[in-house]
Amino acid sequence: MLRYLAARLLRALLTIFLVVTFAFFVLHLSGDPAMMILSADAPPESIAAFRAAWGLDRPLWVQYLNYIAHALTGDLGNSMRDGRPALDLVLERVPATLSITLPAFALKLGIGIPAGIYAALHRNSTADRLTMLLSVAGFTVPSFVLALVLVLVFSVQLGWLPSAGSDQATSVILPIVTLGVAGAAILARFTRSAMLEVLGQPYIRAASAKGLSWRRVVVEHALPNAAIPTTTIVGFMVGTLIAGAVVVESVFAWPGIGRLLVSAVSNRDLAVVQAILMLVAATMVTSNILVDVIYGWIDPRLRSKGVVDAS
Amino acid sequence: MRAEPPAGSIERSAVARFFVAWPPLTLVALAWIALMIIVAAGADVLAPYPFTKLDLRARLSPPVFMGGTWPHPLGSDELGRDVLSRLIMSIRLSLLIAFFGTLIAATVGTAMGFVAAHFRGKVEAVILVLIDFQASMPFLIIALAVLAFFGNNLVLLVVLMGLNSWERYARIARGLTLSANEQGYASAVRQLGASNFRVYGLHVLPNIASTLIVSMTITFPETILLESGLSFLGLGVQPPLSSLGNMVGYGREYLTRAPWIMLCPAFVIVVSTLSISIVGDWLRDRLDPTLQ
Amino acid sequence: MTALLEVSGLARQFRVRRGAWPFGRSATLHAVDGVSFEIEAGRTLGLVGESGCGKSTTARLVLGLTQASRGEVRIGGEKLPPTGSAPWRAMRQRMQMVYQDPLSALDRRVRVGRQVMEPLAIHGIGASGERREKAVAMMEAVGLAPHHFERFPHELSGGQRQRIVLARALIVDPQLLVCDEPISALDVSIQAQVVNLLLDLQARLGLAYLFISHDLRMVRQVSHEVAVMYLGRIVEQGDPDQLFATPAHPYTRALVSAIPVPNRGARRRLVLAGEPPNPVDRPAGCAFHPRCPFAVARCRAEIPELRTLADGRRAACHLVEELPQSWAA
Repeated sequence: MLRYLAARLLRALLTIFLVVTFAFFVLHLSGDPAMMILSADAPPESIAAFRAAWGLDRPLWVQYLNYIAHALTGDLGNSMRDGRPALDLVLERVPATLSITLPAFALKLGIGIPAGIYAALHRNSTADRLTMLLSVAGFTVPSFVLALVLVLVFSVQLGWLPSAGSDQATSVILPIVTLGVAGAAILARFTRSAMLEVLGQPYIRAASAKGLSWRRVVVEHALPNAAIPTTTIVGFMVGTLIAGAVVVESVFAWPGIGRLLVSAVSNRDLAVVQAILMLVAATMVTSNILVDVIYGWIDPRLRSKGVVDAS
Repeated sequence: MRAEPPAGSIERSAVARFFVAWPPLTLVALAWIALMIIVAAGADVLAPYPFTKLDLRARLSPPVFMGGTWPHPLGSDELGRDVLSRLIMSIRLSLLIAFFGTLIAATVGTAMGFVAAHFRGKVEAVILVLIDFQASMPFLIIALAVLAFFGNNLVLLVVLMGLNSWERYARIARGLTLSANEQGYASAVRQLGASNFRVYGLHVLPNIASTLIVSMTITFPETILLESGLSFLGLGVQPPLSSLGNMVGYGREYLTRAPWIMLCPAFVIVVSTLSISIVGDWLRDRLDPTLQ
Repeated sequence: MTALLEVSGLARQFRVRRGAWPFGRSATLHAVDGVSFEIEAGRTLGLVGESGCGKSTTARLVLGLTQASRGEVRIGGEKLPPTGSAPWRAMRQRMQMVYQDPLSALDRRVRVGRQVMEPLAIHGIGASGERREKAVAMMEAVGLAPHHFERFPHELSGGQRQRIVLARALIVDPQLLVCDEPISALDVSIQAQVVNLLLDLQARLGLAYLFISHDLRMVRQVSHEVAVMYLGRIVEQGDPDQLFATPAHPYTRALVSAIPVPNRGARRRLVLAGEPPNPVDRPAGCAFHPRCPFAVARCRAEIPELRTLADGRRAACHLVEELPQSWAA
């Protein structure tokens, strides 16, 4: 298991490294930040000065090695906008993003999983069909449409909640609901099919045939097995805690990572964009590892790995 | 003697059987998809006005069902442009982008899957790392970065949409090809002396086509949603072109005064993605090889 | 005269990893380890052994579906070209394969008649009209009716599917047919029919068979010569009647004594202890020594060569002359 974890960790670092490399080259090959930040009609001398100050006049591979070397020491460069360290800029936005994504995550789990289990146990009932219809609707409605409809109803028509911003305590409600509803829909659908798959297995029939009460069959046999595939999707959701709110944050003018990304992208603030990409990749990769660990823990089949075939 | 069933019940059971094979919801979804295709194909003929035509006397006029007038059945925006005409052109552009995006994803992904399964070893390892890479980045973020820095053009947007979901096809194609190569028909045909083209093109591809088609019904709505999300953020389709997403983004500014500008395209997005998902579920049940 | 198929010193190793990459130790699995035999035109060599002994790998090596690590395969004196190359593909006309599971060897989406015709299309034999006629004729030759032509594989029975696989293999007029457990997936009642068909086709077409099976009685019935494999090596080879009546190698004795016979009476039965060892942990010396009741110190140290005995058969055992003769007879 430790060995396996070490291997996973190595792959995770490789993935992050790839993301950083990819981002670096895409961003540096795609345009001159000097032109964007200083505007195109700035005097050539000041553009040259800017480029020299940020090291943009050196060959690309030198810039790249330089960047990697600094990144290894935790220095992700400074924002070209206000000169502050990019990492600080990004990290100070994290609490704002988490303050809507964490409650939304709880909402997803709290609604999605019970709804999925209920629908699976009452297959083809009206409740099942309704749950599934709602869940299909839940993930075919884009989050920005849902957000705007919620604003239209609760802010414009009813006037109960603020439509945007972060200045009131109630501002947090609409973003959370928007994020939570879509995730709950996906989770409900996934949980339902995982449950149905498990309920169709012979060992479930065997368990109920040997006289266990249906409740015990479900609790002791069906749920633990259905938890295995569901873990994957939940893990993926953990990975989107940082980056999953880009659209919602910009609809509600929420000062989180997502909005920082959108503005950094339009400003060509290279260091900030890269820092965000790295943070996002690290979160995703960490959650993937977490899923693997939980897998090993709940799925006894994966605990011991035998001879792997390879030719 | 068994009594002859009355004629009516035969008819009814035929109708019932028809609706079992073609559930009403699926029929509605198929009809909507057909409508969208007709609208996209005939956009130039169907649009009552040029989509950029201004009518300053009829600014922000509401749609008919909100008390408006027939010259602008779905109302008009703050420059007096006809919402219906803009909607029709947006449907065409959004569908085109999603269609070519899905096509690129399916082609690239399936090819990558075949290559991985055929060569194994290092080639496969590289492709698996790429798949991992793709799966560990929320694509919206990558797309945001690429689009903003490379500037916007339609071709780049379509290619990006295609790159969004190739990894799904690659996984499927690789998995199914591996199992076909291990013991199945593919290795048998290869043993007969068939070329790679014959093995993959005439045997493996038709066998995995149904799974790939079902995946397309999943990625197509995803692509529409991704494009509209990007366009909503102002980074996708750029004016003067118009897609469903940037209509919504644009309509957001008039949310209080003219909600129809946002609601019409939003409705089309939701119903279209919903329809494709419903048809996809239905297709999966029909094409599932374990049911045959 | 040279034999149709000459196999000499054939070996195939697989690298396997134990534990997880990249920290697992790499080990070598000798699936097939120095196998030699010949088959003459119109004759059958039966290859027997427990599962995992390398029978199927040998079949794949002979056909060139798997690249050999060492050794060579010659067909009619010609060396087998590298797997997948154009000459290798052309070589398919001379050697064909019959599979254990005919359903998985057939494409479920293609009508069986078309699949029988496919080798002709692959090798560009005949015009398309002739191909159909030829396919129908071949299907009749293996005992199928013309109306089966338009069927799909899942609409046929197991025996009929195996006949389709046979027809597809035979339509290019091969000289060698490699049959990998061709009957073990079939109903017992069908097995005899398919075996008789194979014998009949051999008599009519002069085919050579490499017949792989774990069913010793079936092998005895069809083979002109039998080779017994254990952990990638041939341990005994010879005339089937002789080999099954008076097995020389202790492993063959164990196999033969496991054949159920009526009225076993006083015959002693040799029961093997344990499973065959993992081919990765191949025991030193004679691979069979941990399970062999007669093993001596020499067996643990020295690999016995396959050598010809006084009665003409070949066996790989240090003690073969010293073992009690009456045993298991």
